[in-house]
Amino acid sequence: MSKMFFENFAKGSVAEYGPRVVTRDEIVAFAAEFDPQPIHLDEEAARASMLGGLSASGWHTCALAMRMIADGFLLNSSSMGAPGVDEVRWLAPLRPDDSITLRASVLDTRTSRSRPELGFVSFCFELVNQSGTLVMRMTASLMLGRRPTGEAA
Amino acid sequence: MGHAMFDFYDDIVIDEPIVFGPHTFTAEEIKSFARRFDPQPFHLDEAAAERSHFGALCASGWHTMAVWMRMMVEARQRLVAAMTARGETAPTLGPSPGFRELRWLKPVYVGDTITYSSAVIDKRPSNSRPEWGVISVRTTGTNQSGEPVISVISTAFAERRPA
Repeated sequence: MSKMFFENFAKGSVAEYGPRVVTRDEIVAFAAEFDPQPIHLDEEAARASMLGGLSASGWHTCALAMRMIADGFLLNSSSMGAPGVDEVRWLAPLRPDDSITLRASVLDTRTSRSRPELGFVSFCFELVNQSGTLVMRMTASLMLGRRPTGEAA
Repeated sequence: MGHAMFDFYDDIVIDEPIVFGPHTFTAEEIKSFARRFDPQPFHLDEAAAERSHFGALCASGWHTMAVWMRMMVEARQRLVAAMTARGETAPTLGPSPGFRELRWLKPVYVGDTITYSSAVIDKRPSNSRPEWGVISVRTTGTNQSGEPVISVISTAFAERRPA
């Protein structure tokens, strides 16, 4: 597949990546390193919590979405990073053995006036589990390099 | 009382900050996070990062956020342990519905030392869960030169003081 530049992303386009299974070991390993709360580490404590069972750290869910974005298209693009994330909503717990799919919808694209070498692509990323439940919704803009002039599309 | 965002909902004082860190980011941990979650060349490989617009190896923005989370959770666990040892009841930290306005303001390079500060900027009772309140916490991470590198507003459930 040819490398994707800013110009390859069209407002209204939707793509899906995955599915990817998330294991209990991954959930516990991330939590032990970055979010050592009992609800992400210990079944019994998790059952007694508001979420009713072991679930992934929300930051793990974000990191998994990032990995799916990277593997899905970003590593094959002119990515120049991201200025941030407008909003993330953790809508349902991500459980051990869930199989997640990432839906990437392009909300808008705009060129940068101050930095003509790049453009901003605004996305809505939705992480959906095997039952079709929306686990997380993220809206974020990515910075992508513009296609060099003279290069074929 | 006096524990800022870690207090019972009813005792939380707006704009009272807690400082977490500092934490110095090493090349090893930057690459270890990137290999698993954000394998873009500028987070993974020194030479590729030098050729990129970042100019040097820098941490994934998700890594910068995850380090804050770890230090915040550990600080809270230390506080809970101390309160429990004194025979006091510590509030439960509820789950978070999400966050907004996450800004990666500057790259976090190898060797950068980041100090995080978090303060509750808004609180309201939960409509659906009377034993909880909802708090908005603004967190800012600042590097060793005093430059802000990250900023975010996260939301969380905070337990109400039992009647």
